[in-house]
Amino acid sequence: MSTATVTPSDAEASGEGKVILDARNVTMRFGGLVAVGDVSMEVREGEIVGLIGPNGAGKTTFFNCLTGMYKPTEGQVSLFGTTIPPKPRAVVKAGMARTFQNIRLFSNMTALENVMVGRFCRTSSGAFTSIIRGPKFRREEAETTARAHELLKYVGLEASAHLLARNMPYGDQRRLEIARALATDPKVLLLDEPTAGMNPKETEQAMALIFKIRDSGLAVVVIEHDMRFIFNLCDRVLCLVRGEVLVEGTPGEVQSDHRVIEAYIGAADDEDEEVEPLEVTTAFSEPDHEEEGR
Amino acid sequence: MSKLSHNPRLAGPLALAGSVLLIVSGLLSWSYEPILGDISVRFWPVTLQVYAIVMGVIALLLALVAAGPLGRWSQHIDPARGLRTMGVTAAIFAVTTLVAITHQTGGLINANEGVWIALVGGLLIAAAGYLRPETKVLDPAEIALPAWLEIIVIALLVGLGLYTAQYALKQTDPWVLVLLVGMLIGVTLTATRSNMASWVGGVTMRHQRVFLLATFVVVLAFPFTQGGSEANLNIAGNVLIFAATALGLNIVVGLAGLLDLGYIAFLGAGAYVGATMSYSAFATIGWKPPFLVVMLIGGLVSSILGLIIGSPTLRVSGDYLAIVTLAFGEIFRLAMFNLDGQSGPMITRGSNGINAIPDLNFFGFNFGQTHNILGIDIPRAGNYYFVLIALIVFVIIVFTHLNNSRIGRGWVAIREDERAAEAMGVNVFGLKILAFAGGASLAGMAGTVKAHMDQAVSPDSYIFLESAFLLAAVVLGGMGTVGGVLIGAAILKFLPEKLRFLDDYRLLMFGLVLVVMMRVRPEGLIASKRRQLEFHDDDEELAETVVIDELEAAK
Repeated sequence: MSTATVTPSDAEASGEGKVILDARNVTMRFGGLVAVGDVSMEVREGEIVGLIGPNGAGKTTFFNCLTGMYKPTEGQVSLFGTTIPPKPRAVVKAGMARTFQNIRLFSNMTALENVMVGRFCRTSSGAFTSIIRGPKFRREEAETTARAHELLKYVGLEASAHLLARNMPYGDQRRLEIARALATDPKVLLLDEPTAGMNPKETEQAMALIFKIRDSGLAVVVIEHDMRFIFNLCDRVLCLVRGEVLVEGTPGEVQSDHRVIEAYIGAADDEDEEVEPLEVTTAFSEPDHEEEGR
Repeated sequence: MSKLSHNPRLAGPLALAGSVLLIVSGLLSWSYEPILGDISVRFWPVTLQVYAIVMGVIALLLALVAAGPLGRWSQHIDPARGLRTMGVTAAIFAVTTLVAITHQTGGLINANEGVWIALVGGLLIAAAGYLRPETKVLDPAEIALPAWLEIIVIALLVGLGLYTAQYALKQTDPWVLVLLVGMLIGVTLTATRSNMASWVGGVTMRHQRVFLLATFVVVLAFPFTQGGSEANLNIAGNVLIFAATALGLNIVVGLAGLLDLGYIAFLGAGAYVGATMSYSAFATIGWKPPFLVVMLIGGLVSSILGLIIGSPTLRVSGDYLAIVTLAFGEIFRLAMFNLDGQSGPMITRGSNGINAIPDLNFFGFNFGQTHNILGIDIPRAGNYYFVLIALIVFVIIVFTHLNNSRIGRGWVAIREDERAAEAMGVNVFGLKILAFAGGASLAGMAGTVKAHMDQAVSPDSYIFLESAFLLAAVVLGGMGTVGGVLIGAAILKFLPEKLRFLDDYRLLMFGLVLVVMMRVRPEGLIASKRRQLEFHDDDEELAETVVIDELEAAK
């Protein structure tokens, strides 16, 4: 953390709960390119942490490292004090789920089925019991269906349960993705630009939903470009620039830090007016090159 | 054309005229020569003339919906799309008949007035269809008649199915058969496009048990209608083995979305297990367990092969996987060639294969003999038919139950977006392996029966072409569906048996059909709505109907 300026007193002040997610010195190199360099982050129980930074700062790559979609070159991620291997399934099982910047629902499945897929890792009926429709299968299937309906209701999509995901309005798709992630019973929820492309009303609803999720005891990490959204929502904000943590602190501190304004917004005098076009371009642009790792 | 379509009032009379012409044509003479089941006689409709009347009646029904006493049905049935399909089918039918007459009698001059009138009728119907604009209609699936009436409808439909199958099997003239199948496909497409099929779908959904029971009864009754003759039951047996294998492939391709081009190897592995453990004098394994055990071993061996091919290769996907599986199919065939005691251990007897495999014998019930049940002779092929029906019922249960479970949802999720599925905690690798091994074991089981039914196993039966046909059955029929794959398998296995004269052109014809199908209906004959949307992304109307369906399903 050589270049990062940490203000430890504030970090402690904002989170009294115990640390759930602890990412230590995560580094991700692609050949000579350092996409994420030595980033550390702690997330406490019931906390909403914001991750901001200009395009290409490595926010999504950092998420991919956290969720095991990339194997970090260096560093480790632990949940509840246990280091988790960088494998998506292990991460989900340990209790961390994510959504995607460019929505990645199973578009030809219904909303209900999408959420039911999220239950996969919490159920275990095998092929045999599924074929003979054994008692275990029936119990788990009933539980899965009930839980999926419950979650759809939780995010306000109970009326769309039988719609194909692809036919749902954009904002609903975002909420469905959150419901699908919640179906894995996470303790930490990672949201990658949950309001990209949303209108102000939908953004407001999304914010209410995230607060509701936080109040149910989950920790939430949010990547977002909408500054008003981030500063209203988060308990703590990390600003990433060129793969490294530039500033970490309360929204107030980060907002007023001149380095953030310089690095992120460019000019020091007008904030929101500059932010708007930035948001639009990210919402409709192709996913970052770092997103597709095949 | 586009201007005329603003004046759709013409469509009704045109359609009426066309369909009446088509019906009348069936009563007239089609040819001077008594060919194709003698279509030269007036007022005595046979074969082609009957088909023309069938098409005419359906067109008349649609015409009456378009303009006339059945107008209120147009809320639910779109006559425009139906008339177009029926008209085009009838016109193609007439033209093909002209070709047939020319081919059979040596000159177009031998075509009589009937066929020309049929052609005009078909063109008129098609024109009427294009004059009428397409209309958005309500889904007729909800129209419920009294239950007893619907059950009668189901009985009639299933009976009609059996009769049609019987009738098709009876036809010996290849031209008649081609035209019959063409007519049937046209009628089916007309029913689906005009939405009439949707009502039938609704009826069968409401009385699913009755429908399944009726189908089952008809399927079991089939051998009793053959009067001790083997020929049709042999074809049916081959179709069933092919269908069981195709359903196994459907798990891999249709559900999990993995392309497998060497699938026939799994059927072959099962067949070799069945052969080497049989009582044949050429069998190379001394152990002779009961057949049910052999069947399980066959399934097991195939699934182990599936694991072997799967575990290293499933990490690649798409085209690469296809190439690897293609190579695997060839490796299997060559391995079977070379396990002949010279190039390798003596297991398969190389190119000679294992012959003289005796018939199955269940507790003294010899499958090789003709048994008299209820006064009707059930020949050898009939005995195998019953075993294969049991097998295919098992395969269908495995397929549908897996599809409607956590595992099936995982497969579809992988097909939709592998990375997202992984990020949601789906065991991607495990499920892919399961698809490969599970599908393979179904094929292996079918293989053990095949060995006994064919009485011989040799490497030549398990060539790449067979894998391609399996894949074609899945794709043509409709990926991910049971009914579609059964129909696809039936068509692909049945037609070549009957159209021996086309042998030299079989692949050419097949290729043509495949190209046309992929252009016209890429989702297959019977498609799940999910698949339909996948291929007609831009079809907003379809998307809307699906939305409406789903909203109604949700109620």
